[in-house]
Amino acid sequence: MRNKLFLILAILVGVSGCSAPAGTWGWYVIDPTLPNGYNNIRFLLNGFGATITVSVIAAVLSMTIGLIVALPGMSLNRWVRLPSRIYVEFVRAIPLLPMLFWVFYGLPVVLRSMGINFPIEPFWGAVITLAISDSAFTAEIYRSGIQSINKGQTEAAKTIGLSYIQSMLYVILPQAIRRILPPLANQFIYIVKMSAFASVIGMQELTRRANELVVTEYRPLEIYTLLIFEYLILVLIISFFVRWLERKMGSDERK
Amino acid sequence: MHNPNTAIEIKGLNKWYGDFKALTDVSLTVSDGERVVVCGPSGSGKSTLIRCVNSLENHDSGQITVNGKLLADKHSINEITSEVGMVFQNFNLFPHLSVLQNLTLGPIKARGMSRKDAEERAMAYLERVRIPEQANKKPTQLSGGQQQRVAIARSLCMEPKIMLFDEPTSALDPEMIAEVLDVIIDLAEDGMTMIVVTHEMGFAKKAADRMVFMDQGEIVETGTPAEFFEAPKSKRCQLFLKQILQH
Repeated sequence: MRNKLFLILAILVGVSGCSAPAGTWGWYVIDPTLPNGYNNIRFLLNGFGATITVSVIAAVLSMTIGLIVALPGMSLNRWVRLPSRIYVEFVRAIPLLPMLFWVFYGLPVVLRSMGINFPIEPFWGAVITLAISDSAFTAEIYRSGIQSINKGQTEAAKTIGLSYIQSMLYVILPQAIRRILPPLANQFIYIVKMSAFASVIGMQELTRRANELVVTEYRPLEIYTLLIFEYLILVLIISFFVRWLERKMGSDERK
Repeated sequence: MHNPNTAIEIKGLNKWYGDFKALTDVSLTVSDGERVVVCGPSGSGKSTLIRCVNSLENHDSGQITVNGKLLADKHSINEITSEVGMVFQNFNLFPHLSVLQNLTLGPIKARGMSRKDAEERAMAYLERVRIPEQANKKPTQLSGGQQQRVAIARSLCMEPKIMLFDEPTSALDPEMIAEVLDVIIDLAEDGMTMIVVTHEMGFAKKAADRMVFMDQGEIVETGTPAEFFEAPKSKRCQLFLKQILQH
């Protein structure tokens, strides 16, 4: 798979380089054989660390918050259900970018007014925004997964004395997770891609670095092309890993 | 006053599903060690009745007393359900766990038993339902009859005083019904108190101390199997028996 990717990249670079009039292309900016190009590539690739860290922490938080929101959301009591519904409807309605601005520029003001002097760094601003904004969707994924498990499973768990928490933990969730793995993976990929927005509040991730380099080198086509391939590679690795996980978990069920 | 020989006492039970009245003024007393078979046309409230006993359904009015404890608040519900085992029509085994894990989950998590003790107990009950060799398989690898026997063993692992069976053979292929009924008869002979909802009249004749016939949410007739099959009193019961025994 990796070979194929390089092939595609090479063809794209080669074809565009050959067919265009001289002077249009500037692949030298990211040519690792040149000293300047090598430094530029290193600068761009160093963004992987931040993009991956933000995405993974945000995804773990989102899956945790999502579950905490989803469970009362399925209660038979409408007053227990209500806060979850409000959370999902409210959070789901806010576009990511405005929420990011609010968290980064607005939240510190709120905290200061409460006497808490807590500056929000770009990194945590991005993590909080991505986690909350995504949690509304993971909550709905959990809900559909849990509700897809036959009611008899809960009843059987109850008749052997398991409490609600125990029956969730040992009976319902292990079965539900298998079914919701594909949509959860979708959400993780969504987080990785949306983390690009963190560039506007100054976080040094993949997109921010590309922007900064474009400003100094003025080679947007070449640099943004590389940027797109950086995300592509990241997402393909995730897809690959999820497929492997699905096979591993699913094989038990089929056997 | 609680009679120490009374296992289950149901008094004036009523249950609604929205506008549909599922149970109307149902009263039934089951003695210790008694085997009661409940039969009747589908939708007559048989399943609802036994599901109320271990509070899988909440009743709207009336009283249920199990082993002298009134089914009311959360505490009494937990106490009662720990003494009542249930076997479902669709087995409801946990598909992601092995047979052995299905059996040990309750004892380990709900009773705090050690894994070793729980597994010993589980193997003993698997012997009892005659499938110890399937312990490490997944439920889906077993036949329907074997799955239901695992489900019975899973209930027994909680050492209940009373067993409820909700149409335990209705989802089985005909050739597997006998192996499950044999296990239930075996339990009955050991003196387990049980209520069995079933259409298997051969089993009822062999194992029941008492027959209960329900129709449209009411208990229409009760009696010993001899009285019940030879001389049913009510019209509805006669009609039901005629239909069910015809073939």
